[in-house]
Amino acid sequence: MKPVTINFRSKAAQTLADAQIQQSIEHVYTGFFKGRLLAAAETDNWEDLRTKGKAIKDHTIAHLDYYLGMLADSVEKNGGRVFFAADAAEARQYIIDLAHKRNIKTVIKSKSMVSEEMGLAEAMNTEGFETVETDLGEYIIQLANETPYHLIAPAVHKSRSDVAKLLDDDYKDGDRIPDATELTMMARKKLRGVFERADMSVTGVNFAVAESGSIALVTNEGNGRMSTTVPRVHVAVMGMEKIIPSIQDLSTMLRILIRSATGQRISTYVTMVNGSRKFDEEEGPEEFHLVIMDNGRQKLLEDPQMRESLNCIRCGACLNACPVYRKVGGHAYGWVYPGPIGAIVSPVMTGVKDASNLPSASSLCGACHDACPVKINIPRMLLELRWRTAEGSTDKDERTSSAKERGIWKAWRVGMMGRKRFDIGSRLANLAMRPLAKNGWLKKAPPPISGWTSTRDFPTISARSLKSKLSKRSKGGK
Amino acid sequence: MPDYSLNPPLPNRVTLFASCMVDQLAPSVGESAVDVLEHLGVSVEFLDNQTCCGQPAFNSGFRSEALPVGTRFIELFEQVDGPIVVPSGSCAAMVRNYYRDLFRDDPKLLERSSRVAERVFELIEFISRFFGTEAIVGQLNTSATYHKCCHLLREIGIDGEPSAMLSNIEGLEMIPLERADVCCGFGGAFSVKMPDISSAILDEKLDFIEATGSSTVIAADMGCIYQMQGGLRRRGSDVQVLHIAQILAESLRNGSSHGAAL
Repeated sequence: MKPVTINFRSKAAQTLADAQIQQSIEHVYTGFFKGRLLAAAETDNWEDLRTKGKAIKDHTIAHLDYYLGMLADSVEKNGGRVFFAADAAEARQYIIDLAHKRNIKTVIKSKSMVSEEMGLAEAMNTEGFETVETDLGEYIIQLANETPYHLIAPAVHKSRSDVAKLLDDDYKDGDRIPDATELTMMARKKLRGVFERADMSVTGVNFAVAESGSIALVTNEGNGRMSTTVPRVHVAVMGMEKIIPSIQDLSTMLRILIRSATGQRISTYVTMVNGSRKFDEEEGPEEFHLVIMDNGRQKLLEDPQMRESLNCIRCGACLNACPVYRKVGGHAYGWVYPGPIGAIVSPVMTGVKDASNLPSASSLCGACHDACPVKINIPRMLLELRWRTAEGSTDKDERTSSAKERGIWKAWRVGMMGRKRFDIGSRLANLAMRPLAKNGWLKKAPPPISGWTSTRDFPTISARSLKSKLSKRSKGGK
Repeated sequence: MPDYSLNPPLPNRVTLFASCMVDQLAPSVGESAVDVLEHLGVSVEFLDNQTCCGQPAFNSGFRSEALPVGTRFIELFEQVDGPIVVPSGSCAAMVRNYYRDLFRDDPKLLERSSRVAERVFELIEFISRFFGTEAIVGQLNTSATYHKCCHLLREIGIDGEPSAMLSNIEGLEMIPLERADVCCGFGGAFSVKMPDISSAILDEKLDFIEATGSSTVIAADMGCIYQMQGGLRRRGSDVQVLHIAQILAESLRNGSSHGAAL
């Protein structure tokens, strides 16, 4: 997927003005966010699990080369093939070549954000393979010719009538809006035949277990299990960070992932795949391929200040918690990963220069850090990226701050470096504001404060500072 | 942070760090903080040379400008011993949680900053930790709702304490605020740089505030207070947004009986 992070502001403004999306997206709070809180409250050792989850990921990422080697060996021992892809284009090409070689006609996909990085479904359709998304949300998005809006709920911004229009050619505005079950049945009917004729599947990977070569998939619709059993070729795609050392670790990670994602204690399906069908097994694919993709992750790994972002297990909890995501929506972020996690990984993975608005679009409220099942300190990394784009990057192109902005902060510093200047500056500001103020508030102000006064009144600087008030008080003047 | 939980020695002297916003925009909040601390038998020193902790520039990415201001803060507050109290969770968080990033390339300053940081307390944190949430029993006849400012809640970890303290004020009817722990959309420079997003978040907050029907919103950080008050004024609402120090001080003026801790 081609990054369009540069369009953040215009896409955000578009979503802010869209009443229907604003209403639909509320579900991430009322449904997912509250569900996670409830699930966490019902889990006795929730904070211990988070601590353990973080420790597992910290350890794995610190020894990533070792565990990737172990995973590759285990998968091959199980009869699978492993392909390391440096970028999305390599990964895409491997899968397309494989499909040609195996005479594939129909490809079913289950949900995978990594495949979105590759733009895989679109590319395979262009190559002449019938390629169909089978996760309900992804299917809706594919029909709408859009990209996912959310890590676990790709179509969360769509209303039921939007979905009805996509699934039912005869549906018109004003018709009775089908309920969720009816919509699901429509999709099921359309997808059943596709499942039956599919000869290749592409799935994501929630966790890859290094010691056993097992792939764990977490789904709620059963499409994941269909995808891993019906077609004769199964390709699983993963980012190279989606790895854990052992099966024991999987029990911790599944607990925190599923609770954090949907608030369920366990998803309807947890599918474990150990490669292709063995000689004594009745079902399963004849071939199993695991595509492990870098596509910018190495940059995160080599960056001590940003490395922790590789701990992410893509649960989406930070999106649900984020007041900014809940207003600007998923498409504003301009690449595969929206919300707080997207705001820290997209700039590094796709280029800081175009993405400088992403880390700026945060009130630094910390709700994402609080929600993260592996305690990724997202606010810290947003600040790190702000520094790089303001002045810190060694690459001149990445420093996108304006001369005006730099001037403002220079002047600010001068004002803060001495109490006299601090007081004089404030008194001057007070004098300048006073004629414009009404009851101590401004309705309109010149830049840079005009941004504030476009929607809010602005307080005037006090005529006297606390210092002057307290010194008068200590002299008995109160 | 030092562990005072075992036989805590009650501090009788603190240094106030006003924060630049309280100092120059809302001095009455600083005076209220002094009133409340003095009521608890704590004498308050004010270092006349103080300005800012450096957070505004740091949060905007201009660490080279924040660095000398932060250094100045360290040098100034190194001159005094004992707790440093600030009526802002955001400034407390800057010193306690983010100086380690600001000073990361200077091991000596880093070490000095961590020694100052461990003496920094947000006002409500300080009172509840050393004197308990029942230490202040005043009176105030009004209805109010409490908004949980993000940095006090998530960076400093003060959650139920403010409400517990407010529940000891006679006559004060506290009305629960829906999504009290969701951000008001302030976020410093964010509120000016991306006003449309900031205001969309604020609007949701103000709707919940107005739904409570209370005449007062209580919060603990001036940035959030001005964001909410500025938005309410623009809506034509009479609802007042006040700092918790103002509420506590006002309630003491109206009639204080000493709390259990004294």
